Amino acid sequence: MATIDTHGNGLSSPSWFERIPAYYYFIGIVLISMPVFAGDFVLFQIFGWSFILGVISLSLMFLAGYGGMVSLAQMTIAGLAGYMVAIFGNSAIETISQGWPWYIAISLALLISVLFGTIVGWLAVRTEGIYTIMITLAIASAFFYFTRQNYVIFNGFSGFNGVLPPRLFGIDWRHPIAFYYLTLFWALAAYFTVVYISRAPFGLALQGVRDNARRMAALGYNVTAHRVAAYSFASLLAGIGGILLTWQSAQISPGTAGIGPAIDILVIAVIGGLRHPIGPFIGAFIYVLLKTFATDVLISFGLAGERFQLLIGLGFLVIVFWSPDGILGLWQRFQDSRNRDPLTGRGGREL
Amino acid sequence: MNAPLPNSSRMRGNGAGNALELRGVGKVFGALAALSDINMTVKPGERRAVLGSNGAGKTTLFNCITGDFYATTGTIRFFGEDISVFPAYERIRRGLRRTYQISLLFTALSVLDNVYLACNGVSRGRFSFRRPRRNDAVMDSAETLVRMVHLDDVRDTLVSDLSYGQQRQLEIAMALSGAPRFILFDEPAAGLSPTERRELVEILTNLPGHVGYIIIEHDMEVALRVAESVTMMHNGRIFKEGKPAEIEDDPEVQALYLGGEGHG
Repeated sequence: MATIDTHGNGLSSPSWFERIPAYYYFIGIVLISMPVFAGDFVLFQIFGWSFILGVISLSLMFLAGYGGMVSLAQMTIAGLAGYMVAIFGNSAIETISQGWPWYIAISLALLISVLFGTIVGWLAVRTEGIYTIMITLAIASAFFYFTRQNYVIFNGFSGFNGVLPPRLFGIDWRHPIAFYYLTLFWALAAYFTVVYISRAPFGLALQGVRDNARRMAALGYNVTAHRVAAYSFASLLAGIGGILLTWQSAQISPGTAGIGPAIDILVIAVIGGLRHPIGPFIGAFIYVLLKTFATDVLISFGLAGERFQLLIGLGFLVIVFWSPDGILGLWQRFQDSRNRDPLTGRGGREL
Repeated sequence: MNAPLPNSSRMRGNGAGNALELRGVGKVFGALAALSDINMTVKPGERRAVLGSNGAGKTTLFNCITGDFYATTGTIRFFGEDISVFPAYERIRRGLRRTYQISLLFTALSVLDNVYLACNGVSRGRFSFRRPRRNDAVMDSAETLVRMVHLDDVRDTLVSDLSYGQQRQLEIAMALSGAPRFILFDEPAAGLSPTERRELVEILTNLPGHVGYIIIEHDMEVALRVAESVTMMHNGRIFKEGKPAEIEDDPEVQALYLGGEGHG
């Protein structure tokens, strides 16, 4: 066929190398060479943490952006995966930790978090809108209080410390540079997987279910099964993020997956934007910057340092009021106004 | 007329009996009986028009047949199989299709993606995490359908940017996805230009002979050209059934259509 496909259905003629926009290469080079000009703190605490929170937020973006389902349980699923590597693998709490090899501990952790996420989804897809938020919030708070009160499996209030990544290939994966590349790899893998799936039959169908569930049923789709499957996939992302988060702080405790962090994940996704998988990473970066430096900024203005949550809250308000599509939405509108034909006012939208 | 085959409900719709058989189908919304005691038999490959004034229950009948919502009473058999309690997607996978009176399309997706979604819904790849590749069979059939309804030029256009007539044509392409055995067309000609109407009639008359359909149509001219039998509905009941010529000449039908709403 000689037609030129501008659509990315895999039918187009230019090679994959040419189809990748130039800025992808630029960002790629910057990210890969980051350890050359960034210190350990920035690599580990800023970028590492941003990538991890980005992956967990991405799981919410996948559900909310493509599926129209806002789940507050994504941090809970991440926390569960973190607990599972601590319980099946190694930690300082040797009476509970099984000390099984890392590949078994990680596989089990991911499997259990996907199973748990699927059950959460199976419950949540029966509801819509505010009720989905309520039911997942209920699950998140139940998990928080359960882990805080259960000492036999979850070691109660103190949780697990000394949860370290395996020494694979003789590398200490908690060393800032190694950890940077570890989290960068998983962030990129998660990002490109979501981008890819968004145009695959499953992702297209999910967007169809979001826009018009009734019509999808009339096209032969089992809408409920599709939504539950979306939760399963999102749980895998959240689980990966949760394991990395546990390794970063070397500990997991009820507070890691409490109500506050669960809401932070939503805030990150909304600040960044729910329209595209890059949104959660932008949101996570802003969140981490605020959380890390807002204290110093506030103190330099003579304000109490612990008011940094106020800044995040204000930022959230500003975004929700002026750009419901998040930072991405601002960018999109800027592009639209630049590309718009001054006479007809048409054009400019290219997603 | 009873079903000739006592075991027909056990046969997984392998062409036994009638394409569609409705027995005592009724639908109640609160206190309103939108449909009552609908008995209707449509043979495989038969093309039928359903006529009736607004509120006669035509679209409700379609919704009950496709499972958009369930009938309150009665049974619906599709090629011999009782589909009354099946969810919509199970009915669609058995070869039933429909279009909507008010287009229900995915406006944020392109024309081709809409048809591709429709083709995937009745294929096994609907859960696939892999993008379609070159020569993908489902994508090929989607492209064929897009050409068939003359939307080839706009196949990568977002549906929200299509004209009304083009959206109606897209609805039809989506109803033809996969291997339809029976299609319900809900006023496909409404709002179309004369040229588009001609194209529609052409598409309908060119459908393969084994594909039967029911068409709801106000435009008698279109309805009588694409249908070989007519069912007249009024106030949620079947009022008359017959050949187009009989219905057209029927004095009661004429009275109804000429504004005699009061009696009927």
